[in-house]
Amino acid sequence: MSLLDRHVEFVEALRSAGIPVSLAEDIDAARAATALAWGDRETIRTAYAATLVKRAGHRQPFDELFDLYFPALTGDVRPTGLDDDPEVDEAHSGPRDTGEALNTLREELADVMTSGDPEALRDLAIEALGRFGAMPGRGPGLSSWSAYQALKRVAPEELVDRIVAGLLARGDDQPTAQRRARAQVERFTRQVEQDALRRIAEEKGARHVAESTLRPTIDNLNFLSARRSDLEGMRREIQPLARRLATRLTKEQHARRRGPLDFRRTVRASISTGGVPITTHHRPKRPHRTELVVLCDVSGSVANFAQFTLLLVFALRDQFTKVRAFTFIDHVHEVTHHFKPEADVVDVMSDLAAATSHAALWGRTNYGRAFRKFTEEHADALGPRTSLLVLGDARSNYSDLELDVFRDMVDQCRRTYWLNPEHARNWGNGDSAAPTYAEIAPMLECRNIAQLGEFVHDLV
Amino acid sequence: MTALDDTWFSSPDDALERLSATGYLADPATTTTAFLAGTLGKPLLIEGPAGVGKTELAKAVAASSGAELVRLQCYEGLDEARALYEWNYKKQLLRIQATGPDQAWEQTHDDIFTDEFLLRRPLLTAIRREEPTVLLIDEVDKTDVEVEGLLLEVLSDFQVTIPELGTVEAVRRPFVVLTSNATRELSEAIKRRCLYLHLDYPDPQREQEILLSRVQGLDDRLAHQLVEVVARLRELELKKAPSIAESIDWARTLIALQISSLDPAAINATLGVVLKHVSDHDRAIRELKLKA
Repeated sequence: MSLLDRHVEFVEALRSAGIPVSLAEDIDAARAATALAWGDRETIRTAYAATLVKRAGHRQPFDELFDLYFPALTGDVRPTGLDDDPEVDEAHSGPRDTGEALNTLREELADVMTSGDPEALRDLAIEALGRFGAMPGRGPGLSSWSAYQALKRVAPEELVDRIVAGLLARGDDQPTAQRRARAQVERFTRQVEQDALRRIAEEKGARHVAESTLRPTIDNLNFLSARRSDLEGMRREIQPLARRLATRLTKEQHARRRGPLDFRRTVRASISTGGVPITTHHRPKRPHRTELVVLCDVSGSVANFAQFTLLLVFALRDQFTKVRAFTFIDHVHEVTHHFKPEADVVDVMSDLAAATSHAALWGRTNYGRAFRKFTEEHADALGPRTSLLVLGDARSNYSDLELDVFRDMVDQCRRTYWLNPEHARNWGNGDSAAPTYAEIAPMLECRNIAQLGEFVHDLV
Repeated sequence: MTALDDTWFSSPDDALERLSATGYLADPATTTTAFLAGTLGKPLLIEGPAGVGKTELAKAVAASSGAELVRLQCYEGLDEARALYEWNYKKQLLRIQATGPDQAWEQTHDDIFTDEFLLRRPLLTAIRREEPTVLLIDEVDKTDVEVEGLLLEVLSDFQVTIPELGTVEAVRRPFVVLTSNATRELSEAIKRRCLYLHLDYPDPQREQEILLSRVQGLDDRLAHQLVEVVARLRELELKKAPSIAESIDWARTLIALQISSLDPAAINATLGVVLKHVSDHDRAIRELKLKA
């Protein structure tokens, strides 16, 4: 494959990963790459990043694709120190995954992680995958590589205690050593995973890997399928999102601010222009603010979604006169007090998690019961100026939906919205009561941070 | 393709060398991007958290190549008259009043719309200058969307259209740096015209070098301790993570207070220099196991 073909294919892959690359930027990238020496891979990466990636959130998928299309190395490398191992020479034919080899590798891994040498760690990751992650296929092109298998054999987590001991001996204190050891193990894991992708890409083509493994950018990531590590990234995205939304809202209000004509001031101002009202003065428009009541399902699967929405709503509480939040599974529990103005995000999240236990009396999601409890215990929350926001997937375990109670609640409020984190095509499948509830209150699909941001903006 | 302007950098290594000579210690990504901005003649958009050296980079580029820095500080309500140019109408009025009755109106009319009555604002100044110029458009995300439209012409063709005078083209392409804290998403059109650099917190070793070069009388050990603590603070989920500017402040504070070792008591006493929110304080004290 020529360099130009590779460039074009890389740009194509970026586009299909959701990173918009215009033709102008494409040309810029090629110009930038020719202006530099191709000796150093990181320099080329920087040149491509500077010309093609214009959003911080796009950097990670870019890096992953770059590693696939411009791999740091091809084939096997033979890290030093294991050269005299006879099995290595037999390379692909002989047994590479032996107990002895595993012991040697783990010994060395512990040493390298203690000393923190990044290059040696990378070599070991490649070595580990080559030895323990091979999945021989029956024919040519059918063999593959598995990072999971390699990591299971090497089990780097079990080395943590040894690394910590080693770091302590070198004079680090306990928490620092713990932190470093964990970071090293994570780094190693990531490198093994990357190398697996690289090798698969080498055999099956980068495009194949890009299509099957690439994850969407953080703001387009589905709430329901987010991994633990993604959740943290998403949480970090909430505060900036709230800030961006708030600036945008103030700006828009600013633009729409011209209220009715202020007759007295206009006439007074006209005196200086001989009675001709050249500039008109207007009364400022009072921003219209609503009271917001959020009622959210916090049962297992939708809990993430509920927490993100709650966080975002509370980050924007200046935009509302009053915000009250309730969580439920089959019983309603008020959580407004957790969101103190100066509260810490991490604390709020853990408090909310703890509060979940109050929301469950029987343990199974029951929308009907929750609505009835809500009207019984917190009827004062709703009023003609309230906007009611219901968050949940409307999966009620085939229980009584109490449609009349919900209809009463909707009637009491100015506006009601129901945000459903499930894809609209799944509404009504199985125990989902989404279509039934949607007849009473408008139901919107809200599956990722981008959609959530748009909704909250329209709500205010 | 633009001709290579020898004022800017000849290679990424040259950029590294010349920038560090001015005291700006940059990482390879930054120097490579700065080199590309000069070579391709494209504006450079820098985004990143506050206080990581976005504005400083523009100043360093200016200092390293002997160019003058023209700065446009953006704010809400910035308009054409403040950014680009304005007619000096007082002077024009004087000119009209000073003309005798013998001069025809056509001539006066032509006279008052000349260069003499033009007040140049930063953008026009940068474009008209014949000497090397670094144009810094600071905090571009603070402006209204309309100003972005104004910038488009300047950034893509390096020209400004003044209705009464015609199009003014750049005599010499300035090195343009735009900075943004990303409080607002900039338009695709602007981004397309720029090279993009996300400037983040430096790695511990570089930060230590920066501290040592910026703070007089700081010793290696204290700098190392300080960088470690700051790195840990940035890992916590804080409302406002400490930036380089704040670690420099912290180092200066420690020196002023003659604290030679950063033990928990010392951190506790001076934490206010780096963290500016109550909840951040509480969190840091808890996570770093300092006594409240």
